[in-house]
Amino acid sequence: MTTVPRLPGSTRASGWDEPADLTKDPALIPDPATTDVPAELRKQIEDAMALYPERHSAAIPALHAAQELHGWCSPEAIEQVACVMQVTPAYLDSVASFYDMLEKQPVGRHSVYVCTNISCSLRGADALLATLQEATEGDGDFNLRSFECLGACDLAPMASVDGVYVGPLELSDVPQLLDDTRAGRPVLPEKQLATKLVADPNANSQEFPRHAPEDGKR
Amino acid sequence: MSDMLLFKDIDEPGLNTLSVYEARGGYASLRKALATTPEQVLEQLEASGLRGRGGAGFQMGKKVSFLPKGQMSKYLVCNADESEPGTFKDRELMQKNPHVLIEGIAIAAYAAGADRSFIYIRGEYVLQADVLDAALVEAREAGYIGDRVLDSEHSLSLVIHRGAGAYICGEETGLLDSLEGKRGNPRLKPPFPANQGLYQGPTLINNVETLSTVPTIIAMGGEQYAKIGVESSTGTKLVSISGHIQRPGNYEIELGIPSREIIYGLAGGPPEGSEIKCWFPGGSSSPVLLPDDLDVPYDFDSMAKAGSMLGSGAIIVVDDSTPIVDLALKVAKFYRHESCGKCTPCREGTNWTVKMLERIDSGEATPMDLDIMASVQDHIIGNCLCVLGDAMAMPIGSMIAKFRAEFEQHIEMARAREEATLVGAAVGVGAATAGSTH
Repeated sequence: MTTVPRLPGSTRASGWDEPADLTKDPALIPDPATTDVPAELRKQIEDAMALYPERHSAAIPALHAAQELHGWCSPEAIEQVACVMQVTPAYLDSVASFYDMLEKQPVGRHSVYVCTNISCSLRGADALLATLQEATEGDGDFNLRSFECLGACDLAPMASVDGVYVGPLELSDVPQLLDDTRAGRPVLPEKQLATKLVADPNANSQEFPRHAPEDGKR
Repeated sequence: MSDMLLFKDIDEPGLNTLSVYEARGGYASLRKALATTPEQVLEQLEASGLRGRGGAGFQMGKKVSFLPKGQMSKYLVCNADESEPGTFKDRELMQKNPHVLIEGIAIAAYAAGADRSFIYIRGEYVLQADVLDAALVEAREAGYIGDRVLDSEHSLSLVIHRGAGAYICGEETGLLDSLEGKRGNPRLKPPFPANQGLYQGPTLINNVETLSTVPTIIAMGGEQYAKIGVESSTGTKLVSISGHIQRPGNYEIELGIPSREIIYGLAGGPPEGSEIKCWFPGGSSSPVLLPDDLDVPYDFDSMAKAGSMLGSGAIIVVDDSTPIVDLALKVAKFYRHESCGKCTPCREGTNWTVKMLERIDSGEATPMDLDIMASVQDHIIGNCLCVLGDAMAMPIGSMIAKFRAEFEQHIEMARAREEATLVGAAVGVGAATAGSTH
């Protein structure tokens, strides 16, 4: 198979330039009798399907669950989801390739999304990303990437570390951010979104304590 | 300053739990609504004049009334895919007061006759989705959600659906496709979701803030609510302020106050020593306004009259240290990344706008390129299934119109820089060649 060269500067969804292998027959709906699906994953997918009037609606939750287990939406992961949902792998591939949070390539187990949209970049997100890139270079444990607006411009510049929002980040926070993540500790506890009070001075009629940081599991 | 409606004591510890929410009078509005007929609830919503808080500003009561009457499966979908750059109000609401949203959904579903509801929350909001999950368990146990809500004839199921990262899923029909388990491509309208939405059934789609306001409207009465704010923009609005600003964050304001009061009064204005260059009044999709526009009242119609829009209520302040070309490039790159690729004007238009802006930066552009770039924007607007392309075209078009001199200067300076490098290189090559021939 030859790969179509990619135009420089394009940020289109990954995989758009991978040609279909025309020598292969289209993959059919996997046969439950011959496809091995971990019991836990099967249950998660079946529970998700039960929530909706139409089983296809469970595609994203099911792929999330499979990605959690396999680390990414690998062909094996897609095959297992397809088997439980009784859809073709191609259908799930089309879904997985559309969404930014579903990985179509193997990635590091710790996700660090750095928001580089307008408000964050006005406050130094590009330098933050560069510093993080330098600090994690060659470290296969991290899935570091720039992300479009994460909806936390009040914390700008910020990042989502394994789903936990932290900010505003200084360049000097980078070593601790990475150390906390590696050690499985709550990342930068005092900078987590969960600890922040609303900015509006008229909102609270009295002093309320800041919320305690989350536990370390997320 | 009117009373806080949505943010009142929002940081009270435990407000995310049912006991504290109920102690503050929570779910009383649902009981009140269920004691009346759906038509009466709808009347209150219409009387309130509440306009959608997600971006389009459509009257909520009207939207509910568009759903067909009669016995059939109807759906209510709460749009919690808050992705508009600069917007983070729904995040704060859901995280700190999830029950007000659930109560709002229950009341709106009763008015619309919907028996299945969904919250489509963006996948990045892990904390907020976890909070909602926990709140839903409590609400179900207490009988606010489920079969025969509070022993009435009305039943309602609620599912919290986590997305997976796509701006386009904030567009209502893209959201529906995504919720059906497909790629989030927008649909052709009409048919509108009120007639054929989720699973082809009649569907009401509302933003988190809109639905969270519903319990207040029922509690105080639609007419009373309509007295807050200004005519045609009633009530309070959550405003997210970010960018070059001293106190970024969420604020609850009465609609119609001068924008200056929000930006300078509440948020403290730009950092010491810098001036506002331009500002987005309603997310990155809104045309930029200038410092001269700071006295425009912050409401739907005044913003439209000033040539922009209130959008999602996200103010992004940009100070005078930022080159306008950099800002335009950031905006354009975002929409290029998020275009779903279904409609050609948007897919190609966003891509070419980025390329043209990069040409400006690299010194390959001429002032004529600005006209071409402006015409690309004109060709996107109104020519696609959804307004994602328009959402790039409008701010970019406004930047070219309002900062044309700076664009031209940038073009000239980049060209001069490039020429100097080329001449320098040519001289160097010339010297080397001259040397080698001897």
